[in-house]
Formats: sequence, C-alpha cells, structure tokens
Amino acid sequence: MSGLNTFQLLNGLTFAALLFIVASGFTLIFGLLRIVNLAHGALYLLGGYCAYALASTTGSFLVGILAAMAAVAVTGLILDQGLLRFVRGHELRQVLLTLGVGLVLNDMMLVLFGGDTYTVPAPEFLRGAVRFWGLFYPKYRLFVLALGIVIFILLWLLLNRTRLGALIRAGVDDPETIEAMGVNIRRIFLLTFMLGAALAGLGGAVGGAFLTLYPSADAEILVFSLAVVIIGGRGSLVGAAVGALMVGMLNTVGQVMFPEFAYFVIFGPMAAILAFRPLGLFGRTA
Amino acid sequence: MTIAGIPRLGLAAILFGALAFAIVPLLVPSYQVSILTEVLIYAVLAMSVDILAGYAGRTPLCLGAIFGVSTYVTVYWTSTMAGSPYMGMVLGVGAATLVAMVFAVLAIRTTGVYFILLTLALGMIIWGICLRWTSVTGGENGLRGSVRPAELAAHLPFYYMVFAAVAVITFAMWRFVRSPFGLTLRGIRDSESRMRSLGYNVSLHMFIAFTVSGLFAGVAGALYAMFNDFVSPSTVALTQSVEGLLMAITGGAGTLFGAFIGAFAIIGLENAVSLYTERWQSVLGLTFILIMIFAPEGILGGIKTLLARKRG
Repeated sequence: MSGLNTFQLLNGLTFAALLFIVASGFTLIFGLLRIVNLAHGALYLLGGYCAYALASTTGSFLVGILAAMAAVAVTGLILDQGLLRFVRGHELRQVLLTLGVGLVLNDMMLVLFGGDTYTVPAPEFLRGAVRFWGLFYPKYRLFVLALGIVIFILLWLLLNRTRLGALIRAGVDDPETIEAMGVNIRRIFLLTFMLGAALAGLGGAVGGAFLTLYPSADAEILVFSLAVVIIGGRGSLVGAAVGALMVGMLNTVGQVMFPEFAYFVIFGPMAAILAFRPLGLFGRTA
Repeated sequence: MTIAGIPRLGLAAILFGALAFAIVPLLVPSYQVSILTEVLIYAVLAMSVDILAGYAGRTPLCLGAIFGVSTYVTVYWTSTMAGSPYMGMVLGVGAATLVAMVFAVLAIRTTGVYFILLTLALGMIIWGICLRWTSVTGGENGLRGSVRPAELAAHLPFYYMVFAAVAVITFAMWRFVRSPFGLTLRGIRDSESRMRSLGYNVSLHMFIAFTVSGLFAGVAGALYAMFNDFVSPSTVALTQSVEGLLMAITGGAGTLFGAFIGAFAIIGLENAVSLYTERWQSVLGLTFILIMIFAPEGILGGIKTLLARKRG
C-alpha cells in the first residue's frame, strides 16, 4: 500500500481499536439476546457526553470513563426492563423499538448539549506525542489501541474462562436447553445487555477524546458498528475484532485515497462479503 | 361480498378516501393543501415500503435513500444541467431503479434482521456520498432546483397533478400486489422454504420485488423534487427511510392502502407537533416505540382484525 504511511496505518489501527470496543458490545447483545440494538450509537454518544460532563467538572478522566459506563449500563437496564420486555420474541418489533429509542435519546441529548462539538479532556500524561521509528504519534491514540487490545483479552477471558462466559456462550447456541437445566437465563440476558451497553459507554468516553462529540456522531458510529458486525458475524468476538480491523483500515484507505467516496470503500467490501457469506465471516446459523 | 376481490366495506372506504382527497383541498387554505400534497407523495413512498415489508416480508431501511436519489437526480438535472423537469423526473426514477437493482443483488440473500441491517448500511452509503461529494451534490448546503413548471406553480393545480399521478401509481401498485406475482411474494413471506420446494425462484422474485419497490420510491422522490424544488442530505438520511417505514407500519403493513392513513397520521402529527415544540424527532421516536409495543398491526391492520373477530 504505497499511498499509506506509518502514521495513517496507525490511525487506522487506533480507529479499529475504538470500533472494536463499541462493536463488541453490539455483537454481544446481538449474539445472545438476538436483539439488534439500533440505539447502540445513541448509547455511545450518551457515554461520551457523560464522560465529558464528569471529566471536565471533576478533572479526572478515569471518573469520566467509569461514570459513562455506569450511566449507560443503567440506561441499558431501563431500556431492557422498561421497554424491550414488552416485545420479547418479536425480532422485528425489537429492532424498530430500539430505533425509536435511538431517535429519542439523540434528540434529548441535542436539547441538553446543543449542536456544539465537545472533546472529552484526556489526562495530562496522555497528551502530546511520543517519538518512535522516527515519527511523532499522539500518545492518546496509542492508549486507545492498547485499551482495545486489553478489552479484547478481558472479553475473551470472560467468555472462555469463566462460568458466566460459559453460560453466555451456551445461551448463544441454545437458550431453551440451558433454561431447562435450571439456569436463570433472563438474568444472564440482562447482565449481557448491561455489559454491552457499558461497552458502548466506554467507547463513547474514549472516542469522545479524539473523534469529538457532536449530534450526528451516534449515527456514524452505529453504521460503522453495523459494518463490523455484518462482516464479523453475529455474536463472534473474533469476528468483531477482524471486522473492526477491516473497517478501520478501509476507512483510512478511503479517507486518504478517495475522500468523497470513503463510505463506499467501507461498504463495498462489506456488501461483497455478505453476498458470499450472508451470516458474516464468523457467523453461525442460530 | 366482494367486488373485484375487495370486500364491499373496503371498496366503500377506498372511494370515500379518494373522494375526500379530491374535495378537501378545495375547502382548505393553501398551506393545508401543500401538507396534503406531501401526504400523497409520502403515501407512495410508504406503499413502496409496504411492498417489501408487508408483502415480501423483508423490512427495508434504504427506500428513503432511494427516494432521495431520485430527488437529487431530478434537481441536479434541472439546476446544474438546466434540463427539462419532466426529463429530470424520468432520469431520477431511472437512477432510483438502477440503485435499487444494485441493492437488490446485494440484499436479497439475507432475511430478517440481517436484511434490515444491510439495507440500513446501504442507505447510509448514499447519504455519505451525498454529504461528501460536494462538487456534485452541494454537500450540506444541498441543491436548489427549478423543477416545478410555471403552469403548476400554484398550490391547487400542482395538488391535482400529484393527485392524478398518485391515483395511477396506486392502481398500478394495487394490481402488482394482487397479481400472481404478488401472491407468490406473500407465499415467500409466509414460508420461503415451501415456495422454494414448490419450484419458485425465490431470489428472482425478491429481486423483482425490490426493484419495483425502488422504482415506486423513485417516482415518489421525483414528485417530491417537484414539490420541494430543493434537496439536501437530510432527504436521503436514515430518518427518511424510518419515516417511510413508520407510515407503512402505522397504516398497517401488508394492507397497501394503509399507507395513506399512515402518511396522513404521521405528517399530520408532524405538523401538529411543530406548532408546540421543535422536538419532532423525539415525537417520531416515541411514536415508533408506542406503535411497536401497542399496535404493531397498524391502524388498518387493527381494523381488519377487529372486523374479522366480530364476524367470528
């Protein structure tokens, strides 16, 4: 790829790490609960605004991140218990309901924060750039890259090495049987939903510091997450990672080489993959 | 009792509705006439959504974008190319149909939520291109056209032109969904595997349904170009597809004529709400939530169920 230098390559990677954080929450909810949460982008933005509000008042980035995750997890709890419980089992009605929730949340945030652009203040030690291989690169973006890798490892351990993870995986494959075995699958569903939402909140807090926050940021991140999950396949963590890498890199290639058609560069390959593997690269039939 | 396959009560309702749309514009101020014009145009979009969502069983979230493609092409042809409006509309519908064919090839293999997701993403491509391809689309500023010819500049003549066009389109769509082809679509909706084992080419049927649906969305978009004389990325945005879908569902998916009720209800609500608040998007979202929880069958669907229950 002669048109890309190391700097742009790293930009693609860090964007991919952020996408992975957001899309992993999306794919967890999609995989286990069969809910396509179209409010996920709004949850991301909500997390971002929460982190902005708290980090700029308390001066602590960490407090901002934790508050964002908690606030969005609680929003997820309300969404699941307050609204989605009325349409359980109806795939289509669930999707369209979350779409409505996304519209309402987005509009409410517009009321609260207006149309201005905000940046979550990053802590002092992550500002500035580091020098390596003869190039300066922002520290913060490297932090996002590292965070993405950490989240991947943590989620992988959670899913593959813990009892909860075993229950979640079993729930993805066969919810009826696991329920018949005496497990309260509803509680696991709820936990997963809150975890997925919290990941969107984390993404918003972290992304809000380098992508900035503005009213239509939710739709943009939602579409990127959709692309990641469509490419990776429902409920697959590895799929989300591969999808995020592809989308992140394609986005960078698109923006550098064909700025006017950047979207096309992402979604063209996605559509092609879907034409051959309708369930995504790592997707399995339900 | 049925006449031409429509129950007598339904036929009476259709005639009454058509009569109302024909007479009311003569009695109300011009502002309301332009709202009614919008209702008719959006009813066509909602009917095109209904072909896929109600009859073929696949819920599309890209028809608003296809609608907008037609609007963009029509406006572009009359403004930048200084061409004739009617040629522009033909080109607009052609472009919309072409885009629908490409989308159809990509989307027909998917079903259920995957179809929703994919069409949503495809629609977003169009939005992204319209937003960023500033040299052609004018970016966020959009394009101002001169689509509406002088003889249709007044509200009433334009309304009746749209009324006539929509009447013809509605008849065509009604014939389409009642044709053997439309029945096959319903068969696919109810059981794809059964239709496949009966020897029907499901992919081909879905492709044609998607293309026809895109064509009608394009017709609505071209009419909208004439109505609005202006186009911007918000015309191809997701909210447009969402509104079209909401109208189809509010009216009643799979009822075709419900689209008029849905378009009237949603646009009426939009205009009523805008008197009190600027938070139309919240109201739209809230309406979506309430309909999904309490009335997923929509207005006409609910009436049909009630009538069927009454007859036992």
